[in-house]
Amino acid sequence: MELTYAQEYLFIGLLAFVSLFLGIAPLILAHFVAPKKPGPSKQSPYECGVPSTGDSWVQYRVQYYVYALLFVVFDVEVVFMYPWALVWKGLGPVAFLEMILFVAILAVALIYAWKKGVLEWE
Amino acid sequence: MAVDEGLQSELQKSGVYLTTWDKLVNWGRGNSIWPLQFGLACCAIEMIATAASRYDIARFGSEIFRASPRQADLMIVAGTVTKKMTPQVVRLYNQMAEPKYVISMGACATSGGPFHTGYNVLKGIDRYIPVDIYIPGCPPTPQALLEGLMKLQEKISGQSFKQAMAEKKGEYAIPEFGENGLEPKYNPEVWNPNKT
Repeated sequence: MELTYAQEYLFIGLLAFVSLFLGIAPLILAHFVAPKKPGPSKQSPYECGVPSTGDSWVQYRVQYYVYALLFVVFDVEVVFMYPWALVWKGLGPVAFLEMILFVAILAVALIYAWKKGVLEWE
Repeated sequence: MAVDEGLQSELQKSGVYLTTWDKLVNWGRGNSIWPLQFGLACCAIEMIATAASRYDIARFGSEIFRASPRQADLMIVAGTVTKKMTPQVVRLYNQMAEPKYVISMGACATSGGPFHTGYNVLKGIDRYIPVDIYIPGCPPTPQALLEGLMKLQEKISGQSFKQAMAEKKGEYAIPEFGENGLEPKYNPEVWNPNKT
């Protein structure tokens, strides 16, 4: 049987339904089947046995934000370079030059951050 | 209503297996006891050895040591319980999933062991939480822990699910520090030396 273009989307719908079902069904089943004996210390958050203190909305230093951005620079680079490294011999010199260009653009970002003194921890 | 055992074995010969709901549930519960990943002292090393490949606690379905009490139904009190640690042990017990079991592993967890006369050691975790299995030894060998686990499986299969739920309370009082160590000294619901 030939499937039309629209019918092929049926599988995505089916996958979405099954994955939703597998995620939700155990929760609903546990809601009805699981034995319950609630109490104050069971309801309280788990913190290795000691009573939890403080607010969960803690603040982090703003420096971490820059580190996260720099991490993305290298992360994207490596994600792209791995598949490229597998096939670059077949692609010829153009692919090599393209990768050099790509790395160069990211290197500019790194040099800019370096010059701004971001790599120094204050 | 349970089917007569003679009839059951007759049916088994022709490939028909009958069981009760409780037996089925207990078979599942007994063979998937998830211990809390929780070691207190040197007994914990023996517990780790039990979990490792040589003794392989996975043969009994208990290899999944949970790092959270929400997913654990067995607490192996492995080692010396100091008075400072006791409130945490009781709170972790309270936070575990029902129905839950406790194995008191080694002399220290059972009675204080060699530190029985020490000022800072609890003389048995059974003063605050109900213990199902006591394992003697200092420390007990991995074989002894496996034996204790098998005894616990026997206990689980000997009780219906309702009995297991009714046997213990969901939570026990957490002791606090007072002038002279822990207050109260023991939980009379669990351990009462004066009761006859």
